[in-house]
Amino acid sequence: MARIIVITSGKGGVGKTTTSAALAMGLAQRGHRTVVIDFDVGLRNLDLIMGCERRVVYDFVNVINQEANLNQALIRDKRCDNLYVLPASQTRDKDALTKEGVGRVLEELAHGYDFIVCDSPAGIEHGATMAMYYADDAVVVTNPEVSSVRDSDRMLGILSSKSRRAESNDEPIREFLLLTRYDPARVEKGEMLSVGDVQEILSLNLLGVIPESKSVLTASNSGVPVVLDRESDAGKAYADTVARYLGDEVPHRFLQVEKKGFLKRFFRG
Amino acid sequence: MAGYQRTSVGDRPAVFELKAAGFTLPILRLLEADIEAVAAELGARVEQAPEFFRNTPVVIDLSAFPDGGGEVEFPLLVGLLRGYGMIPFGVRGGNKAQNEAAEAMELAILGEHETRSTRAERVAAPEEPAPVVPAAVAPTVQEAPAAPPRPGAGAAFTLVTRPVRSGQRVYAAGGDLSIIAAVSSGAELMADGNIHVYGPLRGRALAGMKGNTDARIFCQDLQAELVSVAGHYRVSENIPRELRGVPVQIFLDQKILRIEKL
Repeated sequence: MARIIVITSGKGGVGKTTTSAALAMGLAQRGHRTVVIDFDVGLRNLDLIMGCERRVVYDFVNVINQEANLNQALIRDKRCDNLYVLPASQTRDKDALTKEGVGRVLEELAHGYDFIVCDSPAGIEHGATMAMYYADDAVVVTNPEVSSVRDSDRMLGILSSKSRRAESNDEPIREFLLLTRYDPARVEKGEMLSVGDVQEILSLNLLGVIPESKSVLTASNSGVPVVLDRESDAGKAYADTVARYLGDEVPHRFLQVEKKGFLKRFFRG
Repeated sequence: MAGYQRTSVGDRPAVFELKAAGFTLPILRLLEADIEAVAAELGARVEQAPEFFRNTPVVIDLSAFPDGGGEVEFPLLVGLLRGYGMIPFGVRGGNKAQNEAAEAMELAILGEHETRSTRAERVAAPEEPAPVVPAAVAPTVQEAPAAPPRPGAGAAFTLVTRPVRSGQRVYAAGGDLSIIAAVSSGAELMADGNIHVYGPLRGRALAGMKGNTDARIFCQDLQAELVSVAGHYRVSENIPRELRGVPVQIFLDQKILRIEKL
């Protein structure tokens, strides 16, 4: 049976889709059959980040409405055989997602895959609640700033009360914190919340800290999940995050301002 | 209060008035069908406070009764309650079959759970101390499934072991509320009795919701947005800096809300 992971945040623009793409690719590269689903019906982006936007024929809503079967809608990633993308519909709205429909699709996927990554839309409305309803694990993506932290906190409240696990009194969803766009230099100057500050407020298991990096935008624009960029700090941090999710003990990196040595300063400016 | 008004037909003075009123009543939350077990436990409870149960109207709550937990034996249950001097008069939260069975016993079918906002209301006289109620008084928790009250867990008391997040409200009806985790900013705690927070309190805390002026708030790390006892409140801006981030108790002293270091 697959484990269902929701990537959520409440606030928009914090890096949910980037994280969904990176986490799904990371899991698939480590040999796990993985499918990543875009729940952002009407504002679909995951296909762009995954670089498969020109191969979309059928989508998630078609499958829910039984206009297409799963095999027709799933897009196999060209870089990794274990990874499939289920794109969202761009022409419908979130009401097309029904609890029964989503449940049926996830049930069907659960037999053939190890991990199902659900890329949640922003907000706490229908689309977001559908994405988290069936989750086993939740990765709460947060930027180190107060409004994002508060929205994440709100989202955690909803996770613990409106999910299937909460409603059926099962073991609660495992919640993880992923801090993105972290800039140690600005933290040092006191312009940004530190990892400690955020953890104190949210009291959550820290899954990873992704440093602010130009490579994220470059990767998104070229349709390559940033975890594939092994040279960049963000790519390495996502790879660590995947390892930690799978149970490896990996120390957190990129939390301190990099001390530039003389030679480095000389050569890199 | 609405003015006293007489409705009369013709010249005859009215013989009655129809009015609505709310009552606080003990609720028996039935958690299993085994009537013998219920009888045994109820007997023990009544022994502790026989006066409390004498002629007390009781509502039977079936919302926590497990599906497929067998049939509720209303005749036996009603007989049992009457035997202990209680007056069972209604059920709530039952399914169709249960409601029909209850109606056959001339029990009233009451509406579903009401979440009353009691913040504005104030009961004139302070309420009696938390009554000993069979099983447990259901705490009203919105969006936050707190630990469900265990059968036989004693009087109204609510314990929350997970963080209370922004946007969640926890209301401990009829008793104390204890939180052994953080309370986030934007969260709201309410209790008819005291509130204890063994973690940072960053949200709102309102104790003595029904006007109990003896209620207090105890917390280990005060960073609250608002604290209130029996309607006397103070917002964060008016909490002195030296009292923030330290263990304090908050209570009413001659209608003045006082915050004291512990």
